[in-house]
Amino acid sequence: MGLEPTRRTIIDAASASFAQASRWRALELAFWLMPIAAAFAFQRHYLLLNEIAILGLFALSLDLILGYAGIVSLGHAAFFGFGAYGAALFAKHVHADPLLGLAVAIAAAAALGLVTSVLVLRGSDLTRLMVTLGISLILFEIANQLRWLTGGADGLQGVVMKPLLGSFEFELNGRTAYLYSLVVLFGFFLVARRVVHAPFGLSLQALRDNRLRASAVGIPVNARLAAIYTFAAAMAGAAGALLAQTTGFASLDVLAFHRSAEVLLVLVIGGAGYLYGGLIGAALFALMHDRIAALTPQYWQFWIGLILVLIVLIGRERLVRPWSWLAAARATWRKPGVR
Amino acid sequence: MAVVLQTFSLNKHFGGIAATQEVSLRLEQGARHALIGPNGAGKTTLINLLTGVLAPSGGRIELDGSDITRLAPHQRVRRGLVRTFQINQLFAELTPLQCVALAACERRRLGAGWWQAIGRNRAVVEDSAGILERLRLADVMNQKTAILPYGKRRLLEIAIAIAGQPTVLLLDEPVAGVPEGERKEILDTLAALPVDVTVLLIEHDMDLVFSFANRISVLVNGALYAEGTNEEVARDARVRAVYLGEAPHG
Repeated sequence: MGLEPTRRTIIDAASASFAQASRWRALELAFWLMPIAAAFAFQRHYLLLNEIAILGLFALSLDLILGYAGIVSLGHAAFFGFGAYGAALFAKHVHADPLLGLAVAIAAAAALGLVTSVLVLRGSDLTRLMVTLGISLILFEIANQLRWLTGGADGLQGVVMKPLLGSFEFELNGRTAYLYSLVVLFGFFLVARRVVHAPFGLSLQALRDNRLRASAVGIPVNARLAAIYTFAAAMAGAAGALLAQTTGFASLDVLAFHRSAEVLLVLVIGGAGYLYGGLIGAALFALMHDRIAALTPQYWQFWIGLILVLIVLIGRERLVRPWSWLAAARATWRKPGVR
Repeated sequence: MAVVLQTFSLNKHFGGIAATQEVSLRLEQGARHALIGPNGAGKTTLINLLTGVLAPSGGRIELDGSDITRLAPHQRVRRGLVRTFQINQLFAELTPLQCVALAACERRRLGAGWWQAIGRNRAVVEDSAGILERLRLADVMNQKTAILPYGKRRLLEIAIAIAGQPTVLLLDEPVAGVPEGERKEILDTLAALPVDVTVLLIEHDMDLVFSFANRISVLVNGALYAEGTNEEVARDARVRAVYLGEAPHG
């Protein structure tokens, strides 16, 4: 290249690069048409679709802290369960309006996130795994103990919601539930999408990659981590609230360890750090669960486990694009020792 | 000239080892000050104390006349005290454009903005493009940092610091490991820094030290051993002795 690019062309290229990164791609629009199409195509499966939307929202919230900010968590169900119980209790004792209950659950989960964020700021990944796990175990036992409030192991029954916006009843087939969950999911997704393309989101990725340097460019690392942890907690709380409201039920299961593990699994299946991973993972996971459980009700976790091991050992990239595996193998063959 | 950065009897102990001893350093605005000394003299420790990566065991640090000894690293950066690292500290998954724009955003206190996309700020984009051009990083600005060749990563290390528009710049061996043919961009960039930017340069390359700096401090065993103009330090018999390895070590 003989000609040195001028300042003007570099500015234009930089602008274009940023614009391209945050622009809606056709593939994304197509992706969001799928859940809408599903509402028409699978009218007998609204309950499953609703489950996917809720799990997707939960996984999206984990993606923000894990995929973007690099905070590992084995206790994300703490916020999911807190939101679920919050929404159920609010509906039962205060007001049965779904949107009001959702807002209360979000606020409650966010408050819990803010308070517990202090505990995940320091230490190594192992410390964070243990601390997040510990918090969710503590909440589980508290909910178990407070029988008068939560119903203990029997769960909180008889949560009856008022119609959504005063006019849409939650029917038995789950149509209102699915559309409600889908709209809430999409709303949070829009916010998350803005966040990750804004300076704030970029600073999260920077501190994920190198905290020392992040603080050396002026990023207040702890404040940013606390902020995203709180936001993710709010989102997980919303997912929990949706579950409690659309199923009319909250039990200890919403705080159980397997939920934290499951959402991590979902994110690993779909891939972390690009927002859609949690949603794709949720759909795949729920469908696999549904199909496999229909075939072998008792042993479905065997297959989920096998798939997890394959994904982690082989790598998602190579599973989705097997030809890239061959190409890489050929390259290594030609140039041994070059990495 | 006004004193911009000053330390008062700065000490740092790691257990029984005194890494920094009674260091009192004064940098005037626009200084081109070099800090030299044999390996293990405590030069990087001193930078870590100045930038807040390490907390001193004793002593005080002032920036523009106010005490910053207890400030967190990012707060010092916000006051204009910016460093580079001897061993690259970069963001592996980000592109040079993102890295530089991020630093430019933080400098403008826009880093917490969570709604507007980063590219919407024209000034940030223009600044970033300018820095990328100056450091010959424009052609690789959209590649992940992890796959850049070493020379480019070294340039990026400095580009990120410059993007923070420092008033005091601490350079920890900026040309370390950079092959002769690729040094020019770094040296040109350093030479082109605005005259009111205060620079403290740690370097082993004496040609660079004597061409860039107009004042030199010599650090030996964590303590200031000598300080003066280039000529004074070059003439100092004790400094020569240290560099020839003849000084008594204590």
